[in-house]
Amino acid sequence: MSGDHEGVFDDRAPGLEEHDPTAGYLSYTVGFALAIVATLASFFVAQTNLIWAPGIPVGLIVLALAQIGVHLVFFLHLGSDRDSTNNILALAFGMLVVLLIIAGSVWIVGNLNSNMMPM
Amino acid sequence: MTITTTNEASIADGSELVRAGGGGPAGKRTVVAYGFWIFILSDMVMFSALFATYAVLSGNTAGGPTGAELFNLRNVFIETVCLLLSSYTCGLGALSAERRQPGRFFVFAALTFVLGAAFLIIEATEFARMVQIGAGPSRSGFLSAFFALVGMHGAHVTSGLLALIYLAAQVIVKGLQPAVLRRLLCWSLFWHALDIVWVGVFTLVYLMGVHH
Repeated sequence: MSGDHEGVFDDRAPGLEEHDPTAGYLSYTVGFALAIVATLASFFVAQTNLIWAPGIPVGLIVLALAQIGVHLVFFLHLGSDRDSTNNILALAFGMLVVLLIIAGSVWIVGNLNSNMMPM
Repeated sequence: MTITTTNEASIADGSELVRAGGGGPAGKRTVVAYGFWIFILSDMVMFSALFATYAVLSGNTAGGPTGAELFNLRNVFIETVCLLLSSYTCGLGALSAERRQPGRFFVFAALTFVLGAAFLIIEATEFARMVQIGAGPSRSGFLSAFFALVGMHGAHVTSGLLALIYLAAQVIVKGLQPAVLRRLLCWSLFWHALDIVWVGVFTLVYLMGVHH
């Protein structure tokens, strides 16, 4: 993957595809196709009777995470190559904060809620 | 595997020094886009607070209408496709700008704008309908959180469209020079990030809301 760098380390900005300009249009088209498949699957899963109802939220979350991954890789061009390390590290920290805020709030308020006196 | 090979090769010929930052500071483009990436991540943290609020309050309908009664999945699907297509045309537009093809850039920018505007019109119509039937933000905790989260996303889309007009004007006046290309790169990052937030919104708010 990083074989074409020829020994020069080059920090890469998110959203840029400097190393393979010919792959650009194809990358966006593949990303769009995968994203639309994930979207259709999400809307199908939410409305179908074919799936065991309590499993539907889990399926929806998995599909959403898959679609977010597709957007990050094909639209924002965040790859696993060395040049994207800074961008990926920043993303990882951002996601850690997001996870703490959402999971922490749901956990704490859910706990308070279940300890409330019945009205 | 390839990474290991290049790594070993570079240690052998002494260019590891360059890899460790010895090559000097990164180009302005990279620095600007990285800074904007940090801004986008902080925006995601702001959205996460609204998502958490919605998750906590989504059951508190105070006897008012629930999501299942209010949401129209057909409209949400059209909104989703509009935003996804506009993300796609935005990417193609950024690529055309990158390759100094102003004609193609303007076509893709116009498509991006129209699709984004279509999204906003559907959303605004939906909001107006909900307020009209007495399901405005003051009706219940659920609806306050709904309007805060979805409205904040809509406000971002609105500011994105205004910025796109401003950038198109810059391309007309200044041409596709490096400073304008940097701004376009940042704008496309912003627009793709909004689409990512929308994936969270349509999954957690609409699809799960209708399912419950």
